[in-house]
Amino acid sequence: MPDRKDLQYTAEHEWVLVEDDVATVGITAYAADKLGDVVFVDLPEAGSDIASGSVVGEIESTKSVGELFAPVDGTVTESNQAVVDAPELVNSDPFGEGWLIRVRFEALPELMSFDEYTALVGE
Amino acid sequence: MAQHDLAAFASRHIGTDEQSQAAMLEAIGYRSVDELVDAAVPASIHVDAFRDAADSVLPPAATEREALAELRRLADRNTVNRSMIGLGYYDTITPAVIKRNVFENPSWYTAYTPYQPEISQGRLEALINFQTMVSDLTGLATANASMLDEGTAVVEAMLLARRASKAKTDVFIVDADALPQTKALLANRAAAVGIQLVELPLATLGGADPLAGHDAFGLFAQYPAASGRLWDPSAVIAAAQGMGAIAVVAADLLALTLVTSPGELGADVAVGTSQRFGVPLGFGGPHAGYMAVRKGLERQLPGRLVGVSQDAAGHPAYRLSLQVREQHIRRDKATSNICTAQVLLAVMASMYAVYHGPQGLRQIALGVTRKARILAHAASEAGHTLLSANYFDTLTLRTKTDATAIVERAHRAGYLFRLVDDRHLQLSVDETTTADDLRAVAVLLGEELSDEPYVRDIDAWIPLDLQRTSEFLTHPVFNTHRSETSMMRYLKHLSDYDYALDRGMIPLGSCTMKLNAATEMEAVSWPEFANIHPFAPESDVGGYLAMIEQLQDWLADVTGYDAVSLQPNAGSQGELAGLLAIRGYHLGRGDTERTVCLIPQSAHGTNAASAVLAGMRVVVVACDELGNVDLADLRAKIEQHADTISALMITYPSTHGVYEHEVGAICKSVHDAGGQVYVDGANLNALLGFARFGDFGGDVSHLNLHKTFCIPHGGGGPGVGPVAAKAHLAPYLPGHPMAQRELIGQRDAAGRRSRASELVGAGGVPFVDGPSYPESSTFPLPTEPDAAPATWHRGAVSAAPYGSPSILPISWAYVRMMGSAGLREATGAAVLAANYVAVRLREHYPVLYSGDNGLIAHECILDLRPMTAATGVTVDDVAKRLVDYGFHAPTMSFPVAGTLMVEPTESEDLAEIDRFIEAMIAIRHEADVVANGGYPADDNPLRNAPHTAQSVIDGEWTHPYSREEAVYPVRSLIRSKYWPPVRRIDQAYGDRNLVCSCPPPEAFE
Repeated sequence: MPDRKDLQYTAEHEWVLVEDDVATVGITAYAADKLGDVVFVDLPEAGSDIASGSVVGEIESTKSVGELFAPVDGTVTESNQAVVDAPELVNSDPFGEGWLIRVRFEALPELMSFDEYTALVGE
Repeated sequence: MAQHDLAAFASRHIGTDEQSQAAMLEAIGYRSVDELVDAAVPASIHVDAFRDAADSVLPPAATEREALAELRRLADRNTVNRSMIGLGYYDTITPAVIKRNVFENPSWYTAYTPYQPEISQGRLEALINFQTMVSDLTGLATANASMLDEGTAVVEAMLLARRASKAKTDVFIVDADALPQTKALLANRAAAVGIQLVELPLATLGGADPLAGHDAFGLFAQYPAASGRLWDPSAVIAAAQGMGAIAVVAADLLALTLVTSPGELGADVAVGTSQRFGVPLGFGGPHAGYMAVRKGLERQLPGRLVGVSQDAAGHPAYRLSLQVREQHIRRDKATSNICTAQVLLAVMASMYAVYHGPQGLRQIALGVTRKARILAHAASEAGHTLLSANYFDTLTLRTKTDATAIVERAHRAGYLFRLVDDRHLQLSVDETTTADDLRAVAVLLGEELSDEPYVRDIDAWIPLDLQRTSEFLTHPVFNTHRSETSMMRYLKHLSDYDYALDRGMIPLGSCTMKLNAATEMEAVSWPEFANIHPFAPESDVGGYLAMIEQLQDWLADVTGYDAVSLQPNAGSQGELAGLLAIRGYHLGRGDTERTVCLIPQSAHGTNAASAVLAGMRVVVVACDELGNVDLADLRAKIEQHADTISALMITYPSTHGVYEHEVGAICKSVHDAGGQVYVDGANLNALLGFARFGDFGGDVSHLNLHKTFCIPHGGGGPGVGPVAAKAHLAPYLPGHPMAQRELIGQRDAAGRRSRASELVGAGGVPFVDGPSYPESSTFPLPTEPDAAPATWHRGAVSAAPYGSPSILPISWAYVRMMGSAGLREATGAAVLAANYVAVRLREHYPVLYSGDNGLIAHECILDLRPMTAATGVTVDDVAKRLVDYGFHAPTMSFPVAGTLMVEPTESEDLAEIDRFIEAMIAIRHEADVVANGGYPADDNPLRNAPHTAQSVIDGEWTHPYSREEAVYPVRSLIRSKYWPPVRRIDQAYGDRNLVCSCPPPEAFE
């Protein structure tokens, strides 16, 4: 599991791990906690082109539904089948096994640092 | 103040007497109920400022006996003829054991929607039986727990197809030989959301690619067809799927016991009605529609879906599944706006299948189709031409002589045939058709039935390759209860699991769980109301039409509107009808850009879902810290969307249970911008007799007869959601192509009733015809809804012209027995009870919002968040612990997460209200023990609630509180205890492991 301090964040409570030109995306523990028990995850197929800011997936709990926003422009290279099969991974390991998609991008928009995100959620 | 006169119904309906009310008033510091309500309701909207009380058209209150006598006279003006009209409505035999133990049993009809699953296992089991029945008969993987009727189910299937299909087109193909009322609904609903309908004669399309040249996201086929033709839709289904479309089949459940199921024919979705499974015709409703889908589409289902999960002890337990699909969570992105379904009727239909079992149902179906065969033979002998050689229960005849004369002769003889045109008529037989009926009908067709044996082998009219070979209803529940004793005990066993109003208070905020009085229920099952076909001739239904007109007049009077339509058969449909009226009004004025619907943050999710279905775009308006609409934000949003405001939807009193002081200013600012004001009538129980929507700025509203006007909730339906409007919107209220009379309860200034022909505006959008096909030489079909008056322009929102008329005697009786004064007293008593609860509980749980003078309306929001923060005890814990104390929980986390909303209603007496208050205080003390460290956060009476009998008996007791504290926290429970059948249910487990049909019996061992 990556160190949370090394991740970048969005205001939509997503985290982004950048390795070369590939961004791994998940939702933060804060978001997973607010959603409650996640029971279903709908993710974009590998190969689909996504535009930053658009809704590309959904994360459903028993009582609420969260949208997955694309944090960058790019092409989905992989979506996490393990999470589709066992959505509870989003709750149990949001920064690790609970990652959602990997996206190949050309340019990275400005994202939040760990400190900025921590200030945002006040925790 | 409640009357002393015990002969007056109001004193039976209202739970608190003068003495109790005096004590309650003292607790909150007012001298009289009127003084209290006057202090709570802003003076600017008080009804006295708008009209003289003497102007009310409501008659003075009748006694229970008098009201029944009047209903008897109305019933006598209806004529029960033998209906052979068919078209989706068939006479049926309600097994007496089901009528007495379900239909007329308050344990079933006074329950609420099973949102608290631990105390609803009985009806959840009945509903999962319904789902299993539908799934088995249709041959599809997952069925929901009922739709409002067949017509709306087809509309919902069309919308599902649009969501699920990847085809990039707005075209939906409609079977030309579909039920006329379904076509009318599709036309109205498709127009609002930009779907283009193309009508094709699906049964007669031939060739390798029957849909060549078409491009559609979905296709709808009727099976058997409306004309009675039994045909094989598999080729058009395959062709539709070949172009990426979703194939929808409307199928007759009884026929499916004999013919191949839609699932086996390849359909993606099946819809229809379960009416003929023992639910009376009732002049059109209520009945349970159904929908089933193939694997992979379950998340697209509209409405409620029952699933199996497990409780804290690992035992299987039922609950509502995948609720995030629904309007109360997903709002404008929900799969549908429907919430109330038709639970009571679905339970009846499922029990009909439980009682008869697969062999019994097949036997009934064989009897029906053989009767059709006998008539087919007689008709041919008489020289009429049968238009299809294959059929189940319905025959369309080309008549040898004038069809009109035959139909008229039949009517005089007590039989209702369907006239198609002057050369064609249609006949349907059903379970109730007798040998005498067959002889009489044969004579009417011009033939004596011979005594010779007739062909009994169904191969002669049901083709072998369409005969069902697969099994259905193999689960033991459908193969056990054959004796009446066994059936009676099964029904009792299930109802014993559930908590309904016959056990105690159900203080659900925004649900108005008031008394459903026995006298109000009385007329519903009278044959003159129960056994009338929705398309019976006007001369047969004089009593019904008179009752409907009276009720419409009364509802218009008490809400300050000019016109009322009783057609919408649920609140969600009333909302939609009201928004469609607004849409029609703007379009009629050429205002095509007015599509923005402003909805406050606090609104019920249904509002947003309905707006989308009316073709509107939702813009959310913020609420301020007092819970009121934020006027500054409203003005900003209006300015931002100045020329495109269509409507504001506002609930009054607000969903926060408060009479918003600024409602007049809010309405005015919307009107000034050219918008219309929709006032959601969900909370009318706090207003009746004191203020009227139409007076303070409403243009249109829906009412919930199943809240304010005493129709029982039925465990989650039926509902009735009439739509009421000002005169300028009246021309756009719902209509129906087959209505006996256009009734919208509108009177002119002189008090004369206006006829629809004088009120017609723009509206209904005609079908788009597909490419012309050579008319089949053997099968001419009427392509337009028949019996459509020339002036029909209003759109239909329900399959039947007056929605669910058989339950309207309930609301009629309520208003008739209360009178203006009684309705006002009831409102006063409801507001008093809520304020009393608020004052008594305030020091234990903060009351989140209040209005003028610190008062609330008819419900109060108890804020549990500070307690949760201090103790870790959640809303769920408190709700489930209330079960141990013998209560149904209040509404949880609506409209504010982490709160409970309490609505005691006027019907509860002071002793019951006090018992609830004491339970809430005791629970607060238990939470304080958790906070003080007296109980661990994860092992205490709250976290472990509810406690079943088994949980306190089995094994060693290891908890830090006693068994007595667990199940008898109050001593009075020792003699009178409601035992929940399961412990707390794991919500996530059920959603992650979706199972929506009956689990095998071993699962419960």
